[in-house]
Amino acid sequence: MTILDTPPSPTPARLLDTNGVGRLLDALREGGYEVIGPTVRDRAIVYDTIGNVADLPAGWTDRQDAGQYRLERRDDHALFGYAVGPHSWKRYLQPPATTLWRARRTDDSFEVETVADEAPSRFAFVGVRACELHAMRIQDRVLDGDQEPDPVYHARRNDAFIVAVNCAQAGGTCFCVSMETGPGADGGFDICLTELVEPDRHVFVAVSGSVRGQEMLDVTEPATAGPDDVRKAEAVVERTAASMGRSLDTRGIHDLLLSNPEHPRWDDVAARCLTCANCTMVCPTCFCTSVDDLTDVSGQVAERVRRWDSCFTMEHSYLHGGSVRASARSRYRQWLTHKLATWLDQFGTSGCVGCGRCITWCPVGIDLTEEVRAIRDTQPTGTRSGGSDGRT
Amino acid sequence: MNIGHFMTPDVSRVAGTRRETRDTWTLRLEPPRNAAAWSYRPGQFNMLYAFGIGEVPISISGQVAGDGTLLHTVRAVGRVSAALTRLRKGESVGVRGPFGTPWPMDLAVGRDVIVAAGGLGLAPVRPVVRTLLEQRGKFGRVVLLFGARSPAEIVFRREVERWGRRRDAEVLVTVDHASPDWAGHVGVVTTLVKKAAFDPGNTVAMLCGPEVMMRFMVAALRSSAVPDDAMFLSMERNMKCAIGQCGHCQFGADFVCRDGPVLRYDRVRDRLSVREL
Repeated sequence: MTILDTPPSPTPARLLDTNGVGRLLDALREGGYEVIGPTVRDRAIVYDTIGNVADLPAGWTDRQDAGQYRLERRDDHALFGYAVGPHSWKRYLQPPATTLWRARRTDDSFEVETVADEAPSRFAFVGVRACELHAMRIQDRVLDGDQEPDPVYHARRNDAFIVAVNCAQAGGTCFCVSMETGPGADGGFDICLTELVEPDRHVFVAVSGSVRGQEMLDVTEPATAGPDDVRKAEAVVERTAASMGRSLDTRGIHDLLLSNPEHPRWDDVAARCLTCANCTMVCPTCFCTSVDDLTDVSGQVAERVRRWDSCFTMEHSYLHGGSVRASARSRYRQWLTHKLATWLDQFGTSGCVGCGRCITWCPVGIDLTEEVRAIRDTQPTGTRSGGSDGRT
Repeated sequence: MNIGHFMTPDVSRVAGTRRETRDTWTLRLEPPRNAAAWSYRPGQFNMLYAFGIGEVPISISGQVAGDGTLLHTVRAVGRVSAALTRLRKGESVGVRGPFGTPWPMDLAVGRDVIVAAGGLGLAPVRPVVRTLLEQRGKFGRVVLLFGARSPAEIVFRREVERWGRRRDAEVLVTVDHASPDWAGHVGVVTTLVKKAAFDPGNTVAMLCGPEVMMRFMVAALRSSAVPDDAMFLSMERNMKCAIGQCGHCQFGADFVCRDGPVLRYDRVRDRLSVREL
């Protein structure tokens, strides 16, 4: 939690063209950052190491719906003219697999030695969306709190340089407006860009959110943005906000879900859910991990690897004798009630940022906004108004 | 960057082992090399690591006063716990901890105390019973209600028998299935509640055992008018990190590793009745 608490700088907005974005990428790399950004691979827009502007998904967009993701050509050359893909920044901040330590047998005992994190010294994330900035703030509360911050997350997060992009179009499964996490970035970035694609020009309105952001922006020799440019940038965000693909009524959602643990809708969704864990893998806030304790073939060297885990697996709740959550019904209920209800008790925030990934990447198109709506609309009489303590 | 952090175990030497039942052993562990002394509070647990095999949460079942070694009682129910029960004197084990919330010993001062345990659930409350008996004058009546599947499954048997000979404590033991030489109670542990003498309005109850046993024990104590906020349960869930970051041990909003394992009953009352929560 460092730059996130830095209020946006009052310095005037700047104007970059596509070459200016290229100079920004160069400056970041020359500044010692490993630049990670959007690029097209496997017919999706994913996050990976970026060399130059040509690696960005110019002229591509995505069409998303429940269980559907399709890349499509745009009729312009927008660099950031898509919503979000299957990757989130958590794959860099909380890597899918991390070797934590190694142990070696000695004559009559063993010794444990720590393993250095293999991350590059510093990441620069380019193209971070407002919902993703909020997802990082949420993961900060989980993994970088006051008590025992995770050193892997902490180092990667603290050093990361963030270039945010305000969303110029909403995806078909987006509902950040409902979650109050977008579509405009409201802090937590070093630089924030708004892309303006016009018939006669293609520019980016840039503001800095930190001193280092300002310095990095200056290196790109930007022009000064006029009041008209700033107004157009604001209009982009307003237009996006008005075209969300989904919505979620969050009123009383904590009590609504916790007071309905036996709602028949859980059986209904369980009949469709494959418990494949896709939703938790693409979710930018899902933080569950497990560990694998392994040995080499000689049995002399052991190591512990921490890896992403999911509450949709049977192993997640395994106790001697069996899994606590043996049914699909109970595992979906755990995921949804944690994400939207008990997360509030634990971390003072919802676990959902409305990015829509869990809807898009669900192989059977389960839509959490629809599941919540179904529960809200068909509550047993007497509990519809909520107002209980939420634990009933 | 050094990531030697909360997931990195210290190495502790096994100072001795004792077989409690057919599949249950108590490990006596020396403080790790870099730890001056081991301190813990009754109810807390350590994460024990068997080299190359894995790590599991094991409650601390006592401490040896003379040398400060810590006792952990392990039943071989899985790969890791089986490996732990195979450890012998002089071998090493990885240790992280202690973790979790303790039993409310301060609250128990001046009150009657009921300790109700089922099976290996006696291990996490043994430090409680020892404290109650060592500092006997600080507490009201002391009642231990203990149920095991059979006489052969009674852990800490000689110590339980010693407790049973004390006149200043009521120790009631029952088994589900008696053997020919068993002269004691037969039946589930909840049947012992009405045999015990205590003042329900001035009692603290500490429950540890299988969840179903605790649910029925709560019901029995409630029908004896013990209030909900005077009962404490030790919960059990899958744990990987023990500090509330791996997500495995969630029980509603609580992380059992950090917010528990000892939780006051009124906090978990409504959750206990939900299946597969």
